[in-house]
Amino acid sequence: MTQSADTAPQAGSPLPQFPMRRTCPFSEPPEYAGMRADHPVSRAALKVNGKPAWLVTRHEHVRQVLGDSRVSSDLKRPGYPHQFHIPEEMLAQVRLMMLNMDPPEHSAQRRMLIPEFTARRVREMRPRIQQIVDEHVDAMLAAGGPVDLVTALALPVPSLVICELLGVPYEDHARFEEWSAAMMNHDLSPAEYGAAVQALDMYLDELVTRKENEPGDDLISRFLEKNRAERVADHADVVTMARLMLVGGHETTANMIALGVLALLRHPEQTAELRADPALLPNAIEELLRVFSISDSGTARVAVEDIEVGGVTIRAGEGILALNNAADHDESVFPDPGTLDIHRKEARSHLAFGYGIHQCIGANLARVELETVYGTLLRRVPGLRLAVAPDELRFKDDAMVYGVYELPVTW
Amino acid sequence: MRVTTERDRCVGSGQCALLSPEVFDQDDEGLVVVLVEQPAEAQREEVLRAADLCPARTIRVHD
Ligand code: HEM
Ligand code: SF4
Repeated sequence: MTQSADTAPQAGSPLPQFPMRRTCPFSEPPEYAGMRADHPVSRAALKVNGKPAWLVTRHEHVRQVLGDSRVSSDLKRPGYPHQFHIPEEMLAQVRLMMLNMDPPEHSAQRRMLIPEFTARRVREMRPRIQQIVDEHVDAMLAAGGPVDLVTALALPVPSLVICELLGVPYEDHARFEEWSAAMMNHDLSPAEYGAAVQALDMYLDELVTRKENEPGDDLISRFLEKNRAERVADHADVVTMARLMLVGGHETTANMIALGVLALLRHPEQTAELRADPALLPNAIEELLRVFSISDSGTARVAVEDIEVGGVTIRAGEGILALNNAADHDESVFPDPGTLDIHRKEARSHLAFGYGIHQCIGANLARVELETVYGTLLRRVPGLRLAVAPDELRFKDDAMVYGVYELPVTW
Repeated sequence: MRVTTERDRCVGSGQCALLSPEVFDQDDEGLVVVLVEQPAEAQREEVLRAADLCPARTIRVHD
């Protein structure tokens, strides 16, 4: 291959491309280990547009970047490392989600939402979550195997949980699943992506209007109520907040449910231990979150001032991908990082939910959902097994959030 | 051992309340409250762990 002098990177060899693929679903992309060892803060070219961005791969450095107030999450800032294509004119019009806000706007909106997700509130949701899971497992058992665990359990459970929290009627779920899956797909054309965003926003717009007129006992109504006093958000901001909750809470948890079940099926001895002693589940879940770190590049930033990370200077305006999957396989924190060990004592130190002011607001909710699903399957479907050969499974190599498209199981 | 937090920097993640529920809780606003300012020595490990995992680094442990 020949490259003309003016397009070739200065060092002579082209920059590695990002994202890099996981060759094995249970491990990080193979390039990461070498990067952590030799050049833990280094540049790559984003596949979507060829622009350079810094990859940060060590646990210590990922925490440092995500805890630094000199980095921004604002995707409109020049240099932000976009991972899918958004046309310029569309970008200008985008309403920022809390995920992409900086303080003080970020703090104002987050403060209105955190009461919804405290450890206690999430504990109170447990019985209802158990009920939802039981209903879906009942249906699965009644239908008989083989079934696709993704459509039978992994997608509907978090969808129902988040929709009930927001006050979205269940009849509208099928449409949500379609839109939110589309919005997570790297391969969509800008038109397809735009259409998915628009359809969802139109629906949510109507929903928020309905709540403005007839408040219910739900997150959106409570947000509107508080907002009347604090005036943090306008109507469009509330619509955007609702979209973030749906999209952020739905696909992520669904992917983690399916991947976690797959991992348990592949590790029968550890699964037998979990079945015998469900008290081991919480730590096992942290370990599963660590091993998969499904939202690896979800922690994207752009430097607002020059910052130094691991002896490298990242200049203001340069994009940063603080890779949480790379951090979660850092052997200096997690010895033998490629091995799933439900007893691993440092498992909780994983960064799969991010770190710093944007750390996943739904983390404790996701934990309860995972515990309920895994716990119920272990108890009620002890004979669960894959209904296809492992090499027939297709993984979401092309999506922002890692997962498995289908998980055919039987029992 | 004495525990302090900077409430105005707390981001309400609830990691502390999950890890060390006897020492930390979240109030109605979702922000951290310290239930026991001088936890027993037996709780040192989990309190240090909560301080390390707090995403906003607002928990301080003084000897
Ligand atoms: C296993 C499941 C989940 C994973 C792996 C996950 C992952 C993440 C990550 C890595 C971030 C940080 C992004 C950043 O730093 O820029 C984040 C933020 C966020 N997540 Fe989650 N998430 C999960 C479940 C949920 C659930 C169930 C909800 C909603 C109820 C949710 C809502 C959010 C929101 C609103 C944010 C933005 C927080 C902020 O900007 O302050 N997530 N999530
Ligand atoms: S872990 Fe830190 S940020 Fe989270 S609730 Fe406790 S003090 Fe607040």
